[in-house]
Amino acid sequence: MRIQAGFRKERIDRGIKARTDDIFAIASCREILYLVGPRFLLIAALLIFPLLKSITGIYWQNVLMITATIALLALSWDLLHSVGLVSLGQALFFGAGAYATGYLNSKFGWSPVLAIPAATLLGALFSTALLYPVLRLRGIYFGLITFAVPMLLMRIIEATKILGGTEGISGLTPLPGITITLYIIIAVTLVCVYGYQRLFETDYGLVFKAIRDNDRSVIAAGFNIQLFKAQAVFLAALPATFAGAFLTHHYQFVGLPAFAMDYSVLPMASVIIGGPGSFIGAMLGAFIVVPLSEFLRTFGTLRIVIYSLVLLVFVVGLPQGLFHYLKRKYDQFERLVPIEEVEK
Amino acid sequence: MTSSVLIFGLVNSAILMLTALGFSLIFGLSGVANLAHGAIYLSSGYVAWIFLNSLGLPYFLAVPLTIVAAGLLGAAIYWLVIMRVRGLGLSEVIATFAVGVAILEFFRWMGFVTYEFNLPVLIKGSLDISGVSVDYQRLVIVGVGILMAALLWLFAHHTKIGLALRGMAQDEYTALSLGIDSDWAAALSMALGSAIAALAAVVTLPLGIISINLGYEVLIMALAVTVLGGLESITGLVVGALLLGFARTVTGTYFDPKWMEVVYLIALVLVLAVKPSGLFGKYKELEERV
Amino acid sequence: MSQDTIIKVAGLSKNFGGVKAVNGVSFELKRGEALGIIGPNGSGKSTMINLITGFVKPSSGKVFYNGRDITGLSPDKIVNLGIARSFQMAKPFYNMPVYKNLIIPLFSPRARKLAGGRHGDRDESAIHLLEEVGFERDSHIPYKPAGSLPHGYVKRLELARCLALEPDVIILDELFSGMSMSEVAGILPFLERLRDEGKTLIMVEHRLRELFRVVDKAICLNFGEKIAEGAPEEVVQNEEVKKSYLGSEVVSGA
Ligand SMILES: Nc1ncnc2c1ncn2[C@@H]1O[C@H](COP(=O)(O)OP(=O)(O)O)[C@@H](O)[C@H]1O
Ligand SMILES: [Mg+2]
Repeated sequence: MRIQAGFRKERIDRGIKARTDDIFAIASCREILYLVGPRFLLIAALLIFPLLKSITGIYWQNVLMITATIALLALSWDLLHSVGLVSLGQALFFGAGAYATGYLNSKFGWSPVLAIPAATLLGALFSTALLYPVLRLRGIYFGLITFAVPMLLMRIIEATKILGGTEGISGLTPLPGITITLYIIIAVTLVCVYGYQRLFETDYGLVFKAIRDNDRSVIAAGFNIQLFKAQAVFLAALPATFAGAFLTHHYQFVGLPAFAMDYSVLPMASVIIGGPGSFIGAMLGAFIVVPLSEFLRTFGTLRIVIYSLVLLVFVVGLPQGLFHYLKRKYDQFERLVPIEEVEK
Repeated sequence: MTSSVLIFGLVNSAILMLTALGFSLIFGLSGVANLAHGAIYLSSGYVAWIFLNSLGLPYFLAVPLTIVAAGLLGAAIYWLVIMRVRGLGLSEVIATFAVGVAILEFFRWMGFVTYEFNLPVLIKGSLDISGVSVDYQRLVIVGVGILMAALLWLFAHHTKIGLALRGMAQDEYTALSLGIDSDWAAALSMALGSAIAALAAVVTLPLGIISINLGYEVLIMALAVTVLGGLESITGLVVGALLLGFARTVTGTYFDPKWMEVVYLIALVLVLAVKPSGLFGKYKELEERV
Repeated sequence: MSQDTIIKVAGLSKNFGGVKAVNGVSFELKRGEALGIIGPNGSGKSTMINLITGFVKPSSGKVFYNGRDITGLSPDKIVNLGIARSFQMAKPFYNMPVYKNLIIPLFSPRARKLAGGRHGDRDESAIHLLEEVGFERDSHIPYKPAGSLPHGYVKRLELARCLALEPDVIILDELFSGMSMSEVAGILPFLERLRDEGKTLIMVEHRLRELFRVVDKAICLNFGEKIAEGAPEEVVQNEEVKKSYLGSEVVSGA
């Protein structure tokens, strides 16, 4: 006699997913919609939101601005993570870009059109050069250094009074109206997601992934991984330094808060919640993390406690992140199948 | 001047070492980088304060109780959080960090932020050592520091349980096959490390007032000391603490106190850039075995 | 040094703390020769390979490749000069499909230089290489995540990784360990062919019978020192070699 011993979950790929792992063999409008629908929805939502200023109010437009900033930092974090470098100090990149543009704008009077791209590049070069000597470090050691470096720079600026010291540099050239500003940063974010995703489909991007899996074998294939990691840091720094430079002109001010821990912790939280490795997950995470922190403002100082607990629940309960979870639900059926056991 | 640098350098080193000891122990014995360390340290301070002031317990009852409570807290954090993400390096780090922040910010929300929160010293008064006046509490700190380092070294190298734990951290599979329960061992080391953090809090906190930000600072200091000396080695810990302690004291005396924080960060970056496994770390060599 | 000496090791030593892992070892290898390195566990064979390939820096001694001093060169530079190696503890790139594992060496500076910019389809080359080391072409195995491969396959993937670099010298560290009898039997003819095609081979092995079908010369290490050198049959007959193996494996010479 057979007895039933319980249930197990069975996951089956949806038909279209099973057929389209690599090549798209599209048979109907429904399948097209299935494939491009989510992307389309995402982009449409992003493009419409800046137009709703009269409904949302300027406050939430500003929140979107910060969300996009954190999303850029999160993308940067995700790229580093894909190479096996865990950064606890995204603020380094942010601050480097912020101070670079602040200096160029205030000292030489460069307009933001010139100063922001220049600061993006300069900031990325500066951070890469700074981190180059410690790229050999792995795991917690690298994390610690990145954690220490922004604090170090902060203390140095404080003590030497360069770049405006504790006062910072104010009176920088503002950006055009909020709607255009938002469109620019959203466009950059989308380009960055797309660009990173494409990068990882190339053979060159594959080397990054390989370094994370097993750096020894990458060396044995004749790659100078130090140099590759440096390239990864540079590529990862770009969106982050851009975010720093851009937000600096938005606030028309740069100062020590550019190295604040928020810029290190929030991006990391975003990727952890959204799910590392896909870049979309990082962006999605930022769109949860930042608005959530705004909603929690009503809790006053308890906010950070709740916040940490939410993060904890995600890390413990959904270690692979929200995006991978949603993707699985979208791409696969799930059903319970009884497990039968033969009675002896 | 020189004798004061010598004395206060020693005191500062002892403080650094004591605050780092618990963290280093947990990492050495179970491989968990416990970023809730600062929070455990600080909450021990508050718990001791509550025992002493709200419950009116005598000092020599409050202190052991605090240490036990911290040990339980550490074990609880292990069973409730770390165990579920064990081995997922990044999740482990973030989970413990989140726990730490939650605890610290909880105390902030509770209003533990004013000047009334300080702990009493063990012995009042001060001593004159070659023209430098040192209060007894600072001497107590140095004494406890030396004692704890010695005890831990003996524990890790000469007791059965210590050796078992160390074996665990170095080679989990082999240890498992020898019948050592990894979760039990890790929970125990979390409890032990947290208890030591509480002891450090009780002896070092009387030097100032208890403030939330101290929790974050202690974490950073503990990380700096341990990483500088090389994780998992007690010799490294002592050397790291001495190096940073004296570096800070010398900068504070001869240069400008505002460079004190910069010095240890620079020391950290330099040492790791030159020797990635810290001054006494063997990790790298083992890992690179092919 | 004669014209066709490809690798020369002179007085190579490495200390790890107090342990003399390799102690004053010298030997020469001619182009197209196949050398077997034998010795009990912990005798310094893997360290020897790490020293030649630059993964470990020697405490003293020198390594020459084609007459050029390559001591202290970084491992990636040495690979690009044409010395490929496998690892005893082979680890694939776990999160990639098996064939993508080979894209890494196929994309390496050396492979790209040899291809001269016209590399064709790397995926196709990868599948082809896998086939050569005994992966079934039309099975699903090349497309599975490498993390799910059985150990014998990982070892063969490791060999394919070396071949993808089109090296002049191939160094294999215990390729056969973890492979089944039939897997070893399947890969042997391939190694023999490599030798016959004129590749220089260095193999560390414990399975002597199979090793001796490939190599034409052997050295034996014990406690980091070279205790015997010569034709394989002579080496296993050497009294000292026999003694060194006592208590570990039985010498199963040809
Ligand atoms: N990275 C390392 N750090 C410390 N000791 C090592 C390292 N690599 C090897 N050893 C030691 O060197 C000796 C030789 O090891 P190895 O070359 O792996 O031997 P084999 O490959 O012949 O088994 C052993 O005693 C081993 O413990
Ligand atoms: Mg070996």
